[in-house]
Amino acid sequence: MHFDAANLIPILPEITLLITASLVLMVDLYLKEHEKGLNHTLTLIGIAIAIVLTGAVGGGEPQVFFDGNLIRDDISDLLKGAILIVSLLAFVYVRAWLQDRGMLVGEFYVLGLFAILGMLIMVSANSFLPLYLGLELQALSLYALVAFDRDSKKGAEAAMKYFVLGALGSGMLLYGVSMIYGATGSIEFAPVAQAVAEQGMSNKVLVFGIAFLVIGIGFKFGAVPFHMWVPDIYEGAPTPSVLILGSAPKIAAFALAIRMLVDGLGSLHPDWHQMLVILAVLSMGLGNLVAIAQSNIKRMLAYSTISHVGFIFLGLLAGSEQGYASAMFYSIVYAVMAAGAFGILLILSREGFDAERLEDLKGLNDRDAWYAAMMALVMFSMAGVPPTVGFMAKLLVLEAVVRVDMVWLALVAVFFSIIGAFYYLRVVKFIYFDKPADDAPLLVTTGGVRVAMSINGLVLLALGVFPAALLTLCQDAFA
Amino acid sequence: MENVYITIVLAPLIGAIVAGFFGGRIGRRGAHSVTIGGVAVAAVLSLWVLSRFIWGDAAVFNDAVYTWMVSDGIRFEVGFLVDKLTAVMMATVSFVSLMVHIYTIGYMADDEHNWPHGALSGKNSYQRFFSYISLFTFSMLMLVMSNNFMQLFFGWEAVGLVSYLLIGFWSTRESAIFANLKAFLVNRVGDFGFILGIAAVGMYFGSMDYAEVFAAAPEHADTQVQVFGGVSLMTLICILLFIGAMGKSAQVPLHVWLPDSMEGPTPISALIHAATMVTAGVFMVARMSPLYELSETALSFVLIIGATTAFFMGLIGLVQNDIKRVVAYSTLSQLGYMVTALGASAYAAGIFHLMTHAFFKALLFLAAGSVIIAMHHKQDIRDMGGLWRRMPLTWVTALLGSLALIGFPGFSGFFSKDAIIEAVGASHVAGSGYASLLLTAGVFVTALYSFRMYYLVFHGRERMDEHTKHHLHESPWVVTLPLVLLAIPSVFIGWYTIEPMLVNDWWVSGDWNPIVVAHDHDTLHHLREHWEGQAAFVHHGLGALPFVLAATGLTLATIIWWLFHKWNPRIDEQLQALGGPVTRILQDKYGFDDFNQRVFAGGSRSLGRVLWTTGDRAVIDGAIVNGSARSVGRMAQRFRHLQTGYLYHYAIAMIVGLVGLLTLFVTL
Repeated sequence: MHFDAANLIPILPEITLLITASLVLMVDLYLKEHEKGLNHTLTLIGIAIAIVLTGAVGGGEPQVFFDGNLIRDDISDLLKGAILIVSLLAFVYVRAWLQDRGMLVGEFYVLGLFAILGMLIMVSANSFLPLYLGLELQALSLYALVAFDRDSKKGAEAAMKYFVLGALGSGMLLYGVSMIYGATGSIEFAPVAQAVAEQGMSNKVLVFGIAFLVIGIGFKFGAVPFHMWVPDIYEGAPTPSVLILGSAPKIAAFALAIRMLVDGLGSLHPDWHQMLVILAVLSMGLGNLVAIAQSNIKRMLAYSTISHVGFIFLGLLAGSEQGYASAMFYSIVYAVMAAGAFGILLILSREGFDAERLEDLKGLNDRDAWYAAMMALVMFSMAGVPPTVGFMAKLLVLEAVVRVDMVWLALVAVFFSIIGAFYYLRVVKFIYFDKPADDAPLLVTTGGVRVAMSINGLVLLALGVFPAALLTLCQDAFA
Repeated sequence: MENVYITIVLAPLIGAIVAGFFGGRIGRRGAHSVTIGGVAVAAVLSLWVLSRFIWGDAAVFNDAVYTWMVSDGIRFEVGFLVDKLTAVMMATVSFVSLMVHIYTIGYMADDEHNWPHGALSGKNSYQRFFSYISLFTFSMLMLVMSNNFMQLFFGWEAVGLVSYLLIGFWSTRESAIFANLKAFLVNRVGDFGFILGIAAVGMYFGSMDYAEVFAAAPEHADTQVQVFGGVSLMTLICILLFIGAMGKSAQVPLHVWLPDSMEGPTPISALIHAATMVTAGVFMVARMSPLYELSETALSFVLIIGATTAFFMGLIGLVQNDIKRVVAYSTLSQLGYMVTALGASAYAAGIFHLMTHAFFKALLFLAAGSVIIAMHHKQDIRDMGGLWRRMPLTWVTALLGSLALIGFPGFSGFFSKDAIIEAVGASHVAGSGYASLLLTAGVFVTALYSFRMYYLVFHGRERMDEHTKHHLHESPWVVTLPLVLLAIPSVFIGWYTIEPMLVNDWWVSGDWNPIVVAHDHDTLHHLREHWEGQAAFVHHGLGALPFVLAATGLTLATIIWWLFHKWNPRIDEQLQALGGPVTRILQDKYGFDDFNQRVFAGGSRSLGRVLWTTGDRAVIDGAIVNGSARSVGRMAQRFRHLQTGYLYHYAIAMIVGLVGLLTLFVTL
């Protein structure tokens, strides 16, 4: 195995994150309690540099490097950029919450940065090995983040559940990979794809492996029936961890699906397509129905996630370039929406108080009209109300499904979306038509949170009116 | 030329937008300056365009300015068709509109008294009024200048909208709101027919463009469609379009909204409900002459409806005591004359009367408005009298307008009305005998009610209270100037335009003829062949029956409401009492209002109530909406218990999922 320094150039963003994480780890040791803000600044700078580098090394023909283990193509450029930007937003939101609770420590940032690093590696993977390594790096960091509030019993319980189920999911995924390896004799996507195309459906071992892979993917996305961890973790984990866990990782999960199912096993589409149909319908149905019964907004958003995953699966299972592009569009848009929703929850929280119940949103408009408007935008977008981008995302996915003659599936999706609109609109109703609790103070935010939240909300509107800005990128990635 | 036409249309629109959205900022003076400026630009350019058609050699313009969309091969465009017909309409509309704009400065000067003290809706009402009438001018110009059915419909609905807004302008008055709702609903009936007609055109011709449809029309002359047991396509289209015209031009039985529309401020009664908007139907039918000529049934329908309106609505004018309502019924009657002319295929005569009527009826309305200003917004003619001494200008111009209206020889109304009566007499479509009789008799009625009002208002004893009498004086110049400027065409325009409009083939420019008349429908040919100049036409008219009837009516009115009235001020009431049941029928307006109120309004309300209670509340709200919401809620409650919180349950779920997928897809 020979090493060429040119291999390092395409992974400069990853390297930057690694350096930033190490730097924070060391610097944190020497910081006094009131200087911990430096961790925050360093992290933001690191991510910002990574964003710039992603742009700088991106573009052009696909490059395969590190002996075929990693790849840089249009898909990875776009997904990396999206992951980094959403994470940047997330880190801006979390600071005040951490500071109020004396948790503004280096570990949070280190774990967060490693999680992002894991996601970037997943995105760049060109073989099952780095894909799995990235996945585990991300997952292990997130397990720890869920348990970040050491004194919280709920947090510890959530982390335990997440860890055990995550181990089960990873185990199944790994078992599936071993099947694929057994059937094709390779773990790199290109040779696997070639071998699969030759053997086709005749090889039962392949189909067996795919079932395990789909379960792994389903678990990472949180699709029914592998969704059980989602509500409990969203509710139990501290909100900043949920923010990091609930936004960008969906983009990484999309990368996982695209790399394995499309790059590796694209010619077996008729097989995995059926499995995804089942998962998609179940996710949309259960997610939307159960979300209605929730009184805890974090749990509600958890079920909402599940239903959105159903939609992302719709785009994937269409199996057309249009479908993949629409699923990619949807994943990115969803990550932005989720960041906005959890960001608002963080803004609403204050020392000794966590905004968790739906009632905590009551009268938000009286407390801060601008944040209320942003939250309303996020909710409208999640519900899929034009002219927000959520509508465009749903429309594109449905169009892709209809194009491959699965009108019934589109009808099911629309049906459950209508049910889902209820609980999003209920939030809007709380915001605008109810009076705030008597002790609810006006909202005070610092450190660019208002700017970040404004960008976050208005992007949803702007992309809804001019979807081509993002959509062309998604379409070009699969063209 | 395209830029000129665009300017004509947009100038009033810009005025309306500025006055409407920035009325508070630019103030009263700013609002009326900008709107009058916009309309003046349109008026000057329209007159210039007309002059180019008369003395120059302006070419017909027929082109799209903007393509809105193309759907299923049909182009939906904004475009202009400007020929001589359009040019006449443009000039009439923009000139009358300009006069009304100027007049409004005086009429609305103290509009704040018309609103309850401190009413928010009365804020900036002056500016809003100017914005509306400018918007109306824009809409009306769009309507007449259109070269396609879609834009025609747009203009049609836009003038309807502005009419609705203006009838209910004093929105704090119960009666105004009732009137504008009524106008709106009645016009819905007409517009329903109208849009069905347009849909039929789109369906069979596959085009919205006038020129294309007219060119293809003869091919469809014998097409039959299976509606109501099979009718000719042309009859169907023409009657449906005419139903739209019946609503907009207030023909029986869709006339009921026009008298009530007098609840609006007088300037708009003059502009919208006398001179321009209500003539849209007449213009539309004339524009569609290539279609109407293909269906004698439709022509006959038009003729009978028009003649009925002309005579019977005039009769109601005899028993009205509200100065504006008398003029309103007179308008209905005159619209009937125009429509009858259309039915007799004398489209040119219809348009000719439309134009002369626009001037003298606007004049009469504005004169009535001037009287109303002087009388402090009292409108009952029984409380007036003797105003001639105090308002000489209004008096003289009203006299001129009334003479024009009754068709006194030499005045503009004489030429247009005589031409219509002669054309209808020469017509052979079914019902022309009936129409001819009613129109001729109508002349007598017109003279009677016109001069009844004139004498009761301007002559005889002064019957108003002392306070009003004390304040009586002539209106300011902004009010009287439009009166004078409208009086001039009211007197002379007939004399100067009858020859080109009715006798020579003036309408035709190049190979484009806007007014197509089939050879055997040419009812104006007699007039044309025996034409020896205006003087001879007047001379001939002096010996004809209509003049005798008009003169009799005038004389009778003079005797009763001037001479007798001096001795016996209660003569009017006594005469009405003498009429007995006839008077009652007329006062009930033949019972149309009561019938509509009971059957249609009452019927739809009870139908609505039934649908609301059973359909909406019980089935939709109760069973479907709330029912499904409840079942979703129940399902949600049940499914949430799947989430037990136990780790091993979660793990089991995953394993079950795995087994499920494997058994479904791995078939060994």
